[in-house]
Amino acid sequence: MCLAVPGRIISIADGAGLDRSGRVSFGGVVKEVNLAFVPEAAVGDYVMVHVGFAISRVDEREAEQIFAYLAQMEDLAVPEEPA
Amino acid sequence: MKFIDEYRDARAARRLAGAIARATTRPWTIMEVCGGQTHAIVKFGIDELLPDLITLVHGPGCPVCVTPVELIDKAVEIAAAPGVIFCSFGDMLRVPGTKGDLLSAKARGADVRVVYSPLDALALARTHPDYQVVFFAVGFETTAPANALAVHQAHRQGIANFSLLVSHVLVPPAMEAILASPHNRVQGFLAAGHVCTVMGYQEYAPLAARYRVPIVVTGFEPLDILQGIYLCVRQLEAGQAEVENAYARSVRRGGNREARRLIAEVFQVRPRRWRGIGEIPQSGLELRSDYAGFDAERRFGLADYSVEESSECQSGRVLQGILKPFECPAFGARCTPEHPLGATMVSSEGACAAYYRYRGGGIREAQL
Repeated sequence: MCLAVPGRIISIADGAGLDRSGRVSFGGVVKEVNLAFVPEAAVGDYVMVHVGFAISRVDEREAEQIFAYLAQMEDLAVPEEPA
Repeated sequence: MKFIDEYRDARAARRLAGAIARATTRPWTIMEVCGGQTHAIVKFGIDELLPDLITLVHGPGCPVCVTPVELIDKAVEIAAAPGVIFCSFGDMLRVPGTKGDLLSAKARGADVRVVYSPLDALALARTHPDYQVVFFAVGFETTAPANALAVHQAHRQGIANFSLLVSHVLVPPAMEAILASPHNRVQGFLAAGHVCTVMGYQEYAPLAARYRVPIVVTGFEPLDILQGIYLCVRQLEAGQAEVENAYARSVRRGGNREARRLIAEVFQVRPRRWRGIGEIPQSGLELRSDYAGFDAERRFGLADYSVEESSECQSGRVLQGILKPFECPAFGARCTPEHPLGATMVSSEGACAAYYRYRGGGIREAQL
């Protein structure tokens, strides 16, 4: 029920305030989405969409953290069979 | 898709599982709060990647599952009234009430429609001015901004034939109810990432401190969940009880300001009954007096009443992490997705339905 799917804003319509909306692409499937709750989001940004509403702008820098951490683990890992 | 596929990388998942195994020296019981997380854990077999010392129990975060049976009955009653178009998310249609479900009401001729968004229901109200259009507003904090905006828009645009049957519940009071129970076995929480996207995570700090439990805000993809478990285990092993954010790509400390503002404008907090669990203080939302005209219970003159549950359904204990779905004697036998005794077997996010679908409930049924 609390499912939210990331999609990329491809255009923003004229409406402002609570009527702010735009077209969001989910891997090529485009839907009309209400953007009232993400006033900072612009065309090209990814947003998390729940029941037709964007509830957050995806922070791409934060999204990289886990992969930086995993890469660090890789560097620290002791090889299982030393040469 | 970006922000999904890379978080399902099997090699990275195994590496994180290895880190969890190395960090774990004692047995720990961790609850994931949200049904979406439960579904991902069972679907991707995340629990099977974990060391035996770690037990995941499944939380109450399935709005369909905890909507009280009397509200299902009210929904069926409203849907059956003449001149009504009753709109709902699809998950609610097969949840059994005492007088059947919405799907059987539809079969008897009621105009019940599945919608994707409350704005779809509002659009129907605009195009059908001679009908009463009612939306079954079920959900947690994640869905509250959408429902608040629909009502706000109806109010602003004078769409008088629109109303909400409100069944909104709040997560932190339910977590507190679980922690305060004498049967509690939860030692750490993975908090629900999209609830926190809307509300932030400041309100979890007093819970973490009072009950000495780590609470890690966690996302929904396999790597998100493994990272949440890893941070939770690391705290448990170190004797810490902090609130941490493992879903920072979507969650900010204070949540979504605009969404919270609109929720506060339209809704106010009230006590709520949770199906299978009972009443939890300050755990629900109702429309404020300025918007009370859009309350379907009031519009259709439905009085407050409560209904006793089928005693065979153990969903309340499942939703509090006391019982695993397969430990229920009815699971897969007298209770299946086709003939559910309770909502946890109906909803795609219900723990019982997830185990039935991904862990061979059907096989067990065939053996019995």
